[in-house]
Amino acid sequence: MTEKQSIISTRRSKLTLEAVMSAAFLLCGLAAVVSVLFISVYMVASGGPVIAKVGILKFLLGRVWNPGNGQFGILPMILSSIFATAGAILIALPTGVLVAVFLSKLAPGKLPGALRALIDLLAGIPSVVYGLLGAILLAPLIFKLQTWAGLPQSGSLLAAISVLSIMILPTIITVSETALRAVPKQYEDAALALGSTRLQCIFRVTIPAAKSGIAAGMALGVGRAVGEAMAVTMVAGNAAILPELLKPVRLLTTSIPLEWAYSSGLHREALYGIGLVLFVFIMIINAALSAILKKGGAHNA
Amino acid sequence: MNQAKLYTKDLHLHYGEIHALKGVSMEFPARFVTALIGPSGCGKSTCLKTLNRMNDTVPGVKITGKVLLDGEDVYAKNVDVPTLRKKIGMVFQSPNPFPMSVYDNVAYGPRVHGLKNRLALDEIVEESLKAAAIWEEVKDRLKKPALRLSGGQQQRLCIARALATKPEILLMDEPTSALDPISTAKIEELAVELKKEYGIVIVTHNMQQAARISDYTAFFLLGNLVEHGPTSDIFSNPKEKRTEDYISGRFG
Ligand SMILES: Nc1ncnc2c1ncn2[C@@H]1O[C@H](COP(=O)(O)OP(=O)(O)O)[C@@H](O)[C@H]1O
Ligand SMILES: [Mg+2]
Repeated sequence: MTEKQSIISTRRSKLTLEAVMSAAFLLCGLAAVVSVLFISVYMVASGGPVIAKVGILKFLLGRVWNPGNGQFGILPMILSSIFATAGAILIALPTGVLVAVFLSKLAPGKLPGALRALIDLLAGIPSVVYGLLGAILLAPLIFKLQTWAGLPQSGSLLAAISVLSIMILPTIITVSETALRAVPKQYEDAALALGSTRLQCIFRVTIPAAKSGIAAGMALGVGRAVGEAMAVTMVAGNAAILPELLKPVRLLTTSIPLEWAYSSGLHREALYGIGLVLFVFIMIINAALSAILKKGGAHNA
Repeated sequence: MNQAKLYTKDLHLHYGEIHALKGVSMEFPARFVTALIGPSGCGKSTCLKTLNRMNDTVPGVKITGKVLLDGEDVYAKNVDVPTLRKKIGMVFQSPNPFPMSVYDNVAYGPRVHGLKNRLALDEIVEESLKAAAIWEEVKDRLKKPALRLSGGQQQRLCIARALATKPEILLMDEPTSALDPISTAKIEELAVELKKEYGIVIVTHNMQQAARISDYTAFFLLGNLVEHGPTSDIFSNPKEKRTEDYISGRFG
């Protein structure tokens, strides 16, 4: 058959399929956008009124949370969430990056594979189990510290930080390792050829070249730490007071499940308000991190 | 006793089963350009990398024979490899500046070797960029990312970066194969200029390039060093039939 092929399509079905598929993709995309919009609107609509009633400054900067008495200040929770998250990142980021360096560059033979399987397992453990382990293994150690410091034995910011840092470690390790592996070998070759030692090469070239990937791992870690409620509830002590390392703390997330069942009226609305604050919190963190990433990216490109 | 700055003696290299260098004995004199030529896969890059031990990290590599730098065995047990690589710099086939500023790229080597003084670093950076004939083009953008430079500029930056550790010998592995003719000409000019101070070993598959810039040429085939001598002899009066065939373009 040497019949000439025309470029004008005669097959209707092919064109229809294309049209249907692009409509389907458009619809899926719209669904995502609409969900986000819907959630935002709903959060503002449900959490907004209480903030208006109590007054935004009194709500955000008030130091006393006493719903029975009509006091709805969430500053202690905001600060506790910030401290717990920052503490967890401070511990988990350097540890995670070092583990990732070990796995991707230094570990010999089959060791990385075995360790990676273990880390994936850690990532899959439900957070309540981390809470249990924290309560059983960690709490007694911190009790000793508290006794030594002359404080009553209780849950604490330190316990919350410890549990959170272990929980976000697998994420940070996995994402950082992927980023480190993606660094072009030619950078490392150049560094070695200039007379760097293996470690100088890793710390001066490989890690800086992987920094946007590592920052992405950090962003995921922050998101998980800020949003975590279950494990933290079990070890933090949950008193809504300004945070101190060895004293009980209550994070933004924990008030909601703790008080939901028996709340009503303005109290329940205040829980919506906390939800809104948490929502805005995560938005701000994401925006800040992506701004930092963009700045770093522009510097490299 | 061989008086050359750098030479190899009966050098064999295996990558696992592959016998990539089969008894190479040759010298690389200071203040001359030595070109390594031959068809792809004949072992030119391998030979070059044995000189600064960049083959060390390849899994399954086995090296026998000797490489001597100023009479000292490069493969001796107590050699400090970073110091060796400081003395023998390297420029790679495709330009590979670090994703940092122009300045930080050039200052990398001196910093790694312990130099912290800001003024001294400034001076070395300027000196090296001038020696690599790229100072005029980058002096106003030292803080800008190196990856924004053109390919030819990046390669000259890599040369500056290698010069900044004050090497005695500079290895170049097909440094112009990724570049346009004008950038290539600049690098060739540079190589000729640099040989006043450094020993230069350049791998090239471009025979005109070897003829233009080298003083000595070594022809490799299947891991063997077939012939080695002054460039004019190799190109106008080769002793070996295989060299003549390659140079006149009958294979490879
Ligand atoms: N890292 C390596 N691992 C295994 N074999 C290699 C490696 N590098 C080079 N070889 C092999 O060694 C031989 C010489 O390669 P090479 O030195 O790169 O040649 P050239 O630079 O002359 O093209 C080739 O057969 C090549 O396949
Ligand atoms: Mg090669």
